[in-house]
Amino acid sequence: MTDQGIGASVKRKEDLRFITGKGQYVDDINRPGQAYAVFARSPVAHATINNIDVSEALASPGVLGIYTGADLAADKIGGLICGWMIHSKDGSPMKAGAHPALAQGKVRYVGDHVAVVIAETLDQAKDAAGLIQVDYGELPAVVDVATAQAAGKAQLHDEAPNNTVYQWHLGDKDAVDAAFSKAAHVTKLDIVNNRLVPNAMEPRAAIGDYDAGQDQFTLYTTSQNPHVARLVLSAFIGIAPENKLRVIAPDVGGGFGSKIFIYAEETVCIWAAKKVGRPVKWVAERTEAFLADAHGRDHVTTAELAMDASGKILALRASTKANLGAYLSTFASSVPTYLYAPLLSGQYDIPSIYCEVDGVYTTTTPVDAYRGAGRPEATYVVERLIEVAARETGRDPAEFRRMNFIKSFPHQTPVIMAYDAGDYAACLDKALSMADVKGLAARKAESAKKGKLRGLGFSAYIEACGIAPSRAVGSLGAGVGLWESAEIRVNPVGTIEVLTGSHSHGQGHETTFAQVIASKLGVPIEQVSIVHGDTDKVQMGMGTYGSRSGAVGASAIVKASEKIIAKGKRVAAACMELPEDSVDFENGEFLGRGTNKKMTFGEVALQAYVAHKFDPEVIEPGLKEGSFYDPKNFTFPSGVHIAEVEIDPETGHTTIDRWTAVDDFGILINPMIVEGQVHGGIAQGVGQAMLEHTVYDENGQLLTGSFMDYAMPRADDLPSYNVAMSNTPCPSNPLGVKGCGEAGAIAAPAALMNAITDALGHEDIIMPATPQAVWRAAQKSARKMAAE
Amino acid sequence: MTKLSLTVNGRRVTADIDPRTLLVDFLRHNQRLTGTHVGCDTSQCGACTVHLDGRSVKACAVLAASCEGAEVVTIEGLANGTTLHPMQEAFREHHALQCGFCTPGMIMAGVDIVNRHGGKVDEATIRKELEGNLCRCTGYHNIVRAIESGAAAMAGTKIAAE
Repeated sequence: MTDQGIGASVKRKEDLRFITGKGQYVDDINRPGQAYAVFARSPVAHATINNIDVSEALASPGVLGIYTGADLAADKIGGLICGWMIHSKDGSPMKAGAHPALAQGKVRYVGDHVAVVIAETLDQAKDAAGLIQVDYGELPAVVDVATAQAAGKAQLHDEAPNNTVYQWHLGDKDAVDAAFSKAAHVTKLDIVNNRLVPNAMEPRAAIGDYDAGQDQFTLYTTSQNPHVARLVLSAFIGIAPENKLRVIAPDVGGGFGSKIFIYAEETVCIWAAKKVGRPVKWVAERTEAFLADAHGRDHVTTAELAMDASGKILALRASTKANLGAYLSTFASSVPTYLYAPLLSGQYDIPSIYCEVDGVYTTTTPVDAYRGAGRPEATYVVERLIEVAARETGRDPAEFRRMNFIKSFPHQTPVIMAYDAGDYAACLDKALSMADVKGLAARKAESAKKGKLRGLGFSAYIEACGIAPSRAVGSLGAGVGLWESAEIRVNPVGTIEVLTGSHSHGQGHETTFAQVIASKLGVPIEQVSIVHGDTDKVQMGMGTYGSRSGAVGASAIVKASEKIIAKGKRVAAACMELPEDSVDFENGEFLGRGTNKKMTFGEVALQAYVAHKFDPEVIEPGLKEGSFYDPKNFTFPSGVHIAEVEIDPETGHTTIDRWTAVDDFGILINPMIVEGQVHGGIAQGVGQAMLEHTVYDENGQLLTGSFMDYAMPRADDLPSYNVAMSNTPCPSNPLGVKGCGEAGAIAAPAALMNAITDALGHEDIIMPATPQAVWRAAQKSARKMAAE
Repeated sequence: MTKLSLTVNGRRVTADIDPRTLLVDFLRHNQRLTGTHVGCDTSQCGACTVHLDGRSVKACAVLAASCEGAEVVTIEGLANGTTLHPMQEAFREHHALQCGFCTPGMIMAGVDIVNRHGGKVDEATIRKELEGNLCRCTGYHNIVRAIESGAAAMAGTKIAAE
């Protein structure tokens, strides 16, 4: 079974349908009698709505209904929620304004939802949407996060004076200040973490369907967590009770966080389906995705690192302004707080850390979790500080890191986290060797001969993922538990369905979860089906984000499989007429200990259902078990990425010459899939550092609203990657896995910017390091060299 | 309405269409061939790539009405019955897809690259040729490996056939 079980690079079971065009995404689904929804969106960043005149639009051909915020309010449909409570330094709860699915009285960003048109055809809906007349009373835009809190700025929400949602902090300020006062050297950096648009290749989509006979709602949606969507739509927004609302997330074309959230569009589609008595379909155009999918990052930070004369780090402090956009999206409040500051210890033994974060409203698209969510921002702060500190004090950046690495575990950081396991030097050593860092000087000289600048940068990242455990996140303000569920249904012929609350939108769960079953129950993966993404099939689940499906979701499958084995042993013992405690399970067979009696897994399954050979008062028929698994800690993947670049100072063009990644994800279920996750993460991190930039003008107009203006990483922007693993098993879950989905995106930006600044010889450049930015910085390098 | 006759995946097709209909919408809605995807609105992402008279095109940038008499092959028409095209096999073998949304366009583009550059197409050429196809999941590494491998397999198949 080892060729299929945990650790095998099995080819993916799901691939056949995708490579033959048989995947079924939401837009591939059509319901009988389906109508189409188009949203009328705000063309201005900030305005009062004085009047909405829909009369002409209503008379337009094919229109079935036009609805505004007033209609939602009349039906007592609640607003969208933010599910994580943050308290400010002074103990006060965060100050959140209402977030109606369709605007009520005011619009707060370009793309804000003003009305929905439902029509017979998509073209008719679009035509009618263009006829809606809205009288806007324009207000000043508030775009820049650094100045949004200043006196005199326009106020987005009455509830949040000075556009400030919270002023949060973490750590011991006095201890940090004391450490800084006795530091031999302080490194200080002003850091901008640029705003990104997630851009999963499948645009968001929704179909609302209402069965009047059953009073039953069904929502097909592009979701990473259909059960959370159902919970929010039921309990908070008030569409229908959970037993009357089915949420289906079929094949989903990438998420990266952006499909976690419960948005206005799906809320309106499911509500409107009952209103018009027809299924209602909405599919985002890419421009709508730019305007209305939650964006990522957007921090402005001042950070400082204190060290003693020997190079030992004494303390770190950071002050961050986090742009939350115009409304609080589903988990927006947690990203720049508890998913950020607790990671500021990085891989280092730092005695004192203090971080303060202001969460700020601006008239821009809401900002929420995007691949890494807070952890890339933390890693960027730590790894830029470390690199620059090494440069300022004349230390080798690798050895400076090594001397400050945490070397024994468990390790309690000063910012909440208890790291359970790791071997940071092992990753560093392997990466140094793979990247041939010793040969750098010669390569630099070669580049210089050609008039090129060459640089190398490190990023030794850590992340906390496998987002859980419930009690821990609850104590930090989460409104939900973060366990995961699994149910194993063994059929009478021994085939298996595994129902999981995780959701796969590219991660390959249909393969990796089957591999876990193959290892635990000895059943070939061809006989295992993974069922996910349907609240009528899977009872409850928390979904996929924060690299949690392996550590939490697959661990739940392990727990359920242990119960299957336990039940199987009892059935087998009865059938083989042996004492209950004398049956072992090995390699897919139930063995009578000390006898030659044995039964295969399939034989036991059949006997469990035939139920002829055991007393039903002692053993219940059937073979089906479930588990709700809640781990005891986060997992802490870590690793070292090394980027090496060559810059043409004449054009500002940066070529990534080589990329080395050594990651510690603990036990790997499928190394091929893990490496693929690393590749994709690096590409997104490189995108952030070199290409992607979300630009608003001073009026709050999004200037980068299409793939023509927003530079997505393309094949010829990127190198092939040199990826390897270093495996320290995670002690916090039964599989020893850590989570690999976000690592590349967390590690990459700092590695690349450290390489680019190394090549340039100064730190005066911010992300994205576009050719224009690099060219400007290279001019400064030349002036600096001339002066020297 | 305009009458349109063309060949889709080897099958003669006749339909009355709105003259504004894009080829991608004709394939997805009229022909129910939903393997061809729409990932953007500016002809940038390449998720809708199909073959039109043997050349790869973005089906979102072609009017269906302009395809009168043409031969269109979509991802659904690439395999020979249950035998996958070597490029499809290569994508599976090299883990060149994750969410699968860009994959049909990538495979159609990959086949076209090999048709134009031959079985020994190098990495730099493949990366340059993939300019018009966006993938957000894979970081392109394994897509490049798959197209290299698919190219070799296609060349091998061609030699074997000759």
